[in-house]
Amino acid sequence: MQTFIVVLALLGFAAVGYTMGRARAVMTAGGMPKDLHSLPSYYGSYTAIWIGLPSLILLAIWLIVQPYVIDGVVMGGLPAGMTEGLSPSEYGLLLNDIRNTATGNISARAGEPAIAEAATQLKSLSQTSFILMVIAAFGVGAGGLAFARNRISPDLRARNTVEKVINVVLIISSLIAILTTVGIVLSLLFESFIFFTKVPFYEFLFGLNWSPQTALRSDQVGSSGAFGAIPLFVGTLLITFIAMIVAAPIGLMSAIYMAEYADPRFRAFAKPMLEVLAGIPTVVYGFFAALTVAPFFRNAGESIGLDVSSESALAAGVVMGIMIIPFVSSLSDDVINAVPQSLRDGSYGLGATKSETIRSVIVPAALPGIVGALLLAVSRAIGETMIVVMAAGLAANLTVNPLEAVTTVTVQIVTLLVGDQEFDSAKTLSAFALGLVLFFITLALNVIALSVVRKYREKYD
Amino acid sequence: MTDTTSSPQGVSPGGASGDPIRRPVFVGPHLARRYARERRFRLLGLASVATAGVILLILLGSIVSKGYSAFWQHEVDLDITFSAEELNPDGGPVERETLLRANYLDMVRDALKREFPDAADDRRERRMLYGLVSPNADLALRNMVLEDPSLIGTTQTVAIKMSDDMDTFAKGFIDRDLPEGDRRVKDREISWHDHLEAEGRVHAAFNVDFFTTGDSREPEEAGIYGALIGSILTLTVTLLVSFPIGVMAAAYLEEFAPKNRFTDLIEVNINNLAAVPSIVFGLLGLAVFLNFFGLPRSAPLAGGLVLALMTLPTIIIASRSALKAVPPSIREAALGLGASRLQVVTHHVLPLAMPGILTGTIIGMAQALGETAPLLMIGMVAFIVDVPQSFTDPATVLPVQVYIWADSPERAFVEKTSAAIMVLLGFLVLMNAVAVLLRKRFERRW
Repeated sequence: MQTFIVVLALLGFAAVGYTMGRARAVMTAGGMPKDLHSLPSYYGSYTAIWIGLPSLILLAIWLIVQPYVIDGVVMGGLPAGMTEGLSPSEYGLLLNDIRNTATGNISARAGEPAIAEAATQLKSLSQTSFILMVIAAFGVGAGGLAFARNRISPDLRARNTVEKVINVVLIISSLIAILTTVGIVLSLLFESFIFFTKVPFYEFLFGLNWSPQTALRSDQVGSSGAFGAIPLFVGTLLITFIAMIVAAPIGLMSAIYMAEYADPRFRAFAKPMLEVLAGIPTVVYGFFAALTVAPFFRNAGESIGLDVSSESALAAGVVMGIMIIPFVSSLSDDVINAVPQSLRDGSYGLGATKSETIRSVIVPAALPGIVGALLLAVSRAIGETMIVVMAAGLAANLTVNPLEAVTTVTVQIVTLLVGDQEFDSAKTLSAFALGLVLFFITLALNVIALSVVRKYREKYD
Repeated sequence: MTDTTSSPQGVSPGGASGDPIRRPVFVGPHLARRYARERRFRLLGLASVATAGVILLILLGSIVSKGYSAFWQHEVDLDITFSAEELNPDGGPVERETLLRANYLDMVRDALKREFPDAADDRRERRMLYGLVSPNADLALRNMVLEDPSLIGTTQTVAIKMSDDMDTFAKGFIDRDLPEGDRRVKDREISWHDHLEAEGRVHAAFNVDFFTTGDSREPEEAGIYGALIGSILTLTVTLLVSFPIGVMAAAYLEEFAPKNRFTDLIEVNINNLAAVPSIVFGLLGLAVFLNFFGLPRSAPLAGGLVLALMTLPTIIIASRSALKAVPPSIREAALGLGASRLQVVTHHVLPLAMPGILTGTIIGMAQALGETAPLLMIGMVAFIVDVPQSFTDPATVLPVQVYIWADSPERAFVEKTSAAIMVLLGFLVLMNAVAVLLRKRFERRW
């Protein structure tokens, strides 16, 4: 919060600099703004940039470096016996105790005099560092102001400088997308790599047993941990398959009806309706699946003598299919509308009825696009989380019976990572390995789907 | 083929069976079948759309029918004696400290015992009797006395919240004809309830607390205010981060970027990011924001950043198409008057594209509001009673609150969950309505 106020104050300083720079520019031009190279406001922005940019960069570097320096000093000040021979995690634990004591939180070792002393030291160091940081930031800002004021003259090409800076900012913002992807891949790869040093790669990909409980003590029974992900993959595919059985025909037929038959009035009513279906949060679908659909299937199964699990793959799959219907229909709608009218006219001219035209001309012509849409829908279903978390099971059964409970990749990621985590256990890390698999499968599906769609578009453009 | 002259369609002599008007042979009996098939196909399409509509109705209907009852809460009027011995034992001026520490629960229990003297002897029955009202009923009494100390020593009729099971019963969701073992509310409790009702002491009131309190383990005390504030704080972070970055990225890609492999790479990247499963963003947030940068767990700051990365592609794609819709003549005119390229964009193109950009942003925000999975990864699923005050306080958001309540075993949480969903959907409808309005009112077509 304090840092936030400092940032605000610096921005305020930059705003003051803006008016100062502007006034200075008009003054140097002898009160005749037309003699300036750029508009006066650019001189203002020039000054504001010289104040804000260096001081904010300094602030950022300071905030990143500060904890390392202070922690190092504090830990170095502890009696030698306390820090010698500690593993990194024990070291972190000790540091945490000191931090908690310093902030007045409950800590396990608050009573120890060495810890208390270190905590006081930590506190005073942090305060000193904060004051120094504020002074340094404003000092740098003032320096920037002085420099900019000095440079301002009617000949200074202020607009060009400001525009160059803005251009760099624009490029950086568009790089965020790449940074995000890199961040995803690196964080997943990094944690998965540690996981694969504990559990062999082939065992994870081809193992038939999934029970991620690892033993706390070596003499514990029955929790050695098995990380064969095949049951999860099968469960995911089963639910996805059920979802597609629901979504593909309904979505496709709706799209055909909307694109070829419906009059504008019907479209104006039905399209928003499908959009509402698409806009409902997945957690609501999950609740619907768990509380309405699953009991319905269970009772229906009971009445005809079938034993349906209350967390059956069927319920989760059907509701997921419902969620995907609007996705399939809007994508296919676009694809069908993109089929040139001349193809339809040719078919009608030969005497075909509307449905014959659709079946033997439009759908084949739109087929690549429809396949692309369905692939995107599959990737959506594989990555969908909340419905399966709330309606599918936790037990990793290797089965393709839709009436039994199965679990999916996303369910396991959530159950492994919600709650307490230790980042050195295979159990927690396996979630990242699953995430990696999920990321690459959906990525591959998307790339294939997009290239199929693109190729098809080029054909008719 | 000689008959073609008699009919434009070509009629063959032996085609029709006793029909006075002779039909063309190649349609003949097939035609009816073909038309029937046409009708069937068309009906199938209509049925598909109708199925989607019916499912939507069932979905909304089941939520509303389960949740509407959560907006009121049954209360029972009890004659509470604010005993002076407890609240002001030494008889001097009233001390705040004493009032804060006093045992108000006993006052509620005394009132119940006075109402049903015959239940007071048996320990088990007494416990059951106390269970009629909310175990947190004392807090309301404490606030009453703190506000008005003159109540001390008097007896007042106070409306006390019923416990969740009794409330559910009073709402009529528990069938009293079931055998006693099959229902949560026992015969004895029903008789007490009937007695109180006959005296006119039971009444339903609008459940204000649902909108003004945070989460609670007691369904009758649980509210969505905390989650609502958490959602607002989280979305504020999301908007502050994703809107400027998204618009700047879109402006760069659409207006400034040279066409080369690098910008192609950025484009492909953005399209792929839009299709990455949301839970993967949660893993990213966990690994990068929490473990690497050390942001606080469960905080709106971290949640907002994760959602910002998720919404970024939506905003960039929408902003780009809004920018693309601005005709080049505007740019050329501005350039011709001597504006720099940046001036063209900031003074002319961006303001004209703003309605479209804002529409896309609101839709992105609505998606972010409904997102649950990535927030589970960064610990926003914790049980949090306090209403968050800042971006770094532990918080939860509306959809996660729905998830937490949906997981709770108490029957009364089902209606709370549905009610929370109704509030969530209300906000989504509101945001989308604003987006539609913006599009209708300000979007220009060139």
